[in-house]
Amino acid sequence: MQTSWIPFVPPSASTLSGKVDALYFYLAGVTVFFTLLISGVLTFFVIKYRRRNPYEIPRPVAGSLKLETMWSVIPFIIAMTMFAWGAQIFFQQWRPPTNAVEIYVVGKQWMWKIQHTTGQREINELHVPVGRKIKLIMTTEDVIHDFFIPAFRIKADVVPGRYTTLWFEATKPGRYHLFCAEYCGMNHSGMIGSVVAMDPTAFDDWLSGNSSQQSPAIAGQQIYETLGCASCHGPTGEGGRGPALGGIFGRQVFLNNGQSIKVDEAYIRESIVNPQAKLVAGFGPIMPTFQGQVSEEQLMQILAFIKSLQIQTPEPVRAASSVPAPSAPSVAPAAAATPGTAGR
Amino acid sequence: METFVPPAPSRINYINAQYGLKSWLLTKDHKRIALLYLGSISFFFFIGGVYAMLIRLELLTPQGDLLQSTTYNKVFTQHGIIMVFFFLIPSIPATLGNFLVPMMIGAKDLAFPRINLLSWYLYMLGGIITIYALLAGGVDTGWTFYTPFSTTFSNSYVVATGLGIFISGFSSILTGLNFIVTIHTMRAPGMTWFRLPLFIWSHYATSLVMILGTPVIAITILLLAFERLAHIGIFDPAVGGDPVLFQHLFWFYSHPAVYIMILPSMGVVSELIANFSRKNIFGYSFVAFSSLAIAVFGFLVWGHHLFVSGQSIYAGMIFSFLSFAVAIPSAIKVFNWTATLYKGSISYDTPMLYALGFIGLFTIGGMTGLFLATLAVNVHVTDTYFIVAHFHYIMVGGAMFGYLGGLHYWWPKISGRMYPDGWGRFSALLIFVGFNLTFFPQFVAGYLGMPRRYHAYPPEFQVFNVLSSAGASILAVGYLIPAIYLVWSMRYGKRAEANPWHLPGLEWRTQSPPPTENFDYTPVVTWEAYEFAPREETEVVGKFRDKVPEKA
Repeated sequence: MQTSWIPFVPPSASTLSGKVDALYFYLAGVTVFFTLLISGVLTFFVIKYRRRNPYEIPRPVAGSLKLETMWSVIPFIIAMTMFAWGAQIFFQQWRPPTNAVEIYVVGKQWMWKIQHTTGQREINELHVPVGRKIKLIMTTEDVIHDFFIPAFRIKADVVPGRYTTLWFEATKPGRYHLFCAEYCGMNHSGMIGSVVAMDPTAFDDWLSGNSSQQSPAIAGQQIYETLGCASCHGPTGEGGRGPALGGIFGRQVFLNNGQSIKVDEAYIRESIVNPQAKLVAGFGPIMPTFQGQVSEEQLMQILAFIKSLQIQTPEPVRAASSVPAPSAPSVAPAAAATPGTAGR
Repeated sequence: METFVPPAPSRINYINAQYGLKSWLLTKDHKRIALLYLGSISFFFFIGGVYAMLIRLELLTPQGDLLQSTTYNKVFTQHGIIMVFFFLIPSIPATLGNFLVPMMIGAKDLAFPRINLLSWYLYMLGGIITIYALLAGGVDTGWTFYTPFSTTFSNSYVVATGLGIFISGFSSILTGLNFIVTIHTMRAPGMTWFRLPLFIWSHYATSLVMILGTPVIAITILLLAFERLAHIGIFDPAVGGDPVLFQHLFWFYSHPAVYIMILPSMGVVSELIANFSRKNIFGYSFVAFSSLAIAVFGFLVWGHHLFVSGQSIYAGMIFSFLSFAVAIPSAIKVFNWTATLYKGSISYDTPMLYALGFIGLFTIGGMTGLFLATLAVNVHVTDTYFIVAHFHYIMVGGAMFGYLGGLHYWWPKISGRMYPDGWGRFSALLIFVGFNLTFFPQFVAGYLGMPRRYHAYPPEFQVFNVLSSAGASILAVGYLIPAIYLVWSMRYGKRAEANPWHLPGLEWRTQSPPPTENFDYTPVVTWEAYEFAPREETEVVGKFRDKVPEKA
């Protein structure tokens, strides 16, 4: 593991880590200042006003509104600077940029299963390129886990039934710790791994090195066909008895209860495992639940497939064109870089 | 041991008023009930301490080589459950509070003596059920019982442990109820609200949290049990539930529960600082109302445990703001305690050493709380050893120091005996050093990224864990010494005078140990809180009697 030149600080390897450290040092500075102030004054008083005579009764000292106000208002102002600064970085931490490369993460007792959009799978290791924005879309098959990369100063719980996202941009190549930070049972402390940040070119080579695997979108398309989704939603998501899926991701749709909802990962997932929850306006409650029939990984693949569907076009190859051709390694780097290019 | 002990020179007191096991188990005397609690919480503290030692031994080496991971998970879970629910929460209120709330306000007992005894039995019943669960196989969910691990995946005694906590919760509720009614209705003539010692104010605030917060943990545990046994689907997303809902419910109680632990301790420290510097407390009403402010604001900050749990970022922002707000009353207290020392007559008796230690450690504990209230830093340090260090600074550095300080301060009144002061100061120092050595390195390990609840860890964190374990050994010796000399002093200690510290508080104006009725005459209070008078004025037991103008 790399170490930082500043003692007692983990390696700093993301665009965010320096910002968090700066805030941390501010907090540490204020803490040291007040701890020294209070213990200094305390020590001074304790020595200066020690009991010299067992019978002495010191004169009572009246309170002071001025002092009380001062030591309420000043700490409050200092606290507000911490609050504002912390909230500002927090918003950067939790608002993923729209042009980030997506990577799917599924936690399960006790491993991290990771899949890149090109199909590359990893377990307990996450390879990422330096200098590109990465967005992790994460869920879990069982209990709550937490994806924690100390070197990037980020962490997010992975909650069953939900998708949580985490984004970062690595700045320094290296191998960093990946921890599960939410207690998850017997082998919790074994649910660890590494994040490998690589130069973009090295990363692209790595990504193309083992490209026999299907991309999640293609795998998703196969599941889509196997489960018979196509009979209602159309083979390319053009719709039918069920709502059209092409280009639906990210759009606002009207529901039959008069409300509207933005189609995101969570809504698509819910519509598969609990289809009656939020019906699109104009469609009846005819879809059966797929709860228990699809794993979290398969759900993510279906999700990738739906995301890849554009506004209805007759050719089904549209879905495959955004991902590399599996058999041609030479094409892969360029294709893999497509989402990343958009990010730069 | 055959040592001749001369018969007590003093008259009948609450200890020798009756003899026999039955006289203790059926007592309605708040002082005897306090002693029953003292014995029981010491027992639970010992068990929790053994678990702590096992944790520290396991973590000496990076490999998980002493315990199996399943055993380790049970050990840290049970350490947390025993220490939080069966030691820290009852610690000061049920022992010192039970003993002193009536005495400090000049009452003969609590408002509901039978309910007071009932609360001890409920506590014991809950404790015994929990001990049963530990012996039967233990529980491995962490003291936080997060779903769905606790409802669906854990194969341990979750429901039995929950039942133990559920039952003992009622003992908290009853104690809180008893204190509130007592403080409202049973103050001696002349004991106005603003003449109350700050110990009473803080117990009042604590009682509010106990009766308003504890029912929520009871509900949460019931829901957890229903979910685990019948799978009703409150927390399971597969049937439309929400696992994060559990965290909201759990922390709605468990964050205020931290104030159940720390507020009484702040009350003790206010007493110690004022009395051992013979000064009226600086800014009395600010210190008193800050306790209430902490109790009220304490209910509005639970969401700061959920910044990375999938809670909305806007909710996170509001909880962050409120968490900063709740820090201010604590800061006010620290500044006022410090100012109280100004131009005082400060003694270095054992209780005062604990109080000074408390201020230092609570400052660090409170300031590191600001790190956790700060959203962006919280994301990095939550669920790491940083948070472990922070809450031990509050719970051990804060609550435990207050408890030990208070126990030493009132020991002459409780037992009628003096403890050896040299040993007292020595062990206070040992505990201070051991505590800092145990927990300070954990701040560093936490920021470096060491996650909590890890049975094995990457080798670069070993140095901090070795320091921690070394500190824990010192801490253990530090705790053992008072346990020995306090027990020793009950029989062999020098007999305590009625007012060994020469203080004005009501509890010192009656004999040590007090008679069953506490006071021979109903006191009439004509002085302000912490009004120090020349020694001879407070020296005579029942002195206030002289100031009574013909009271029926």
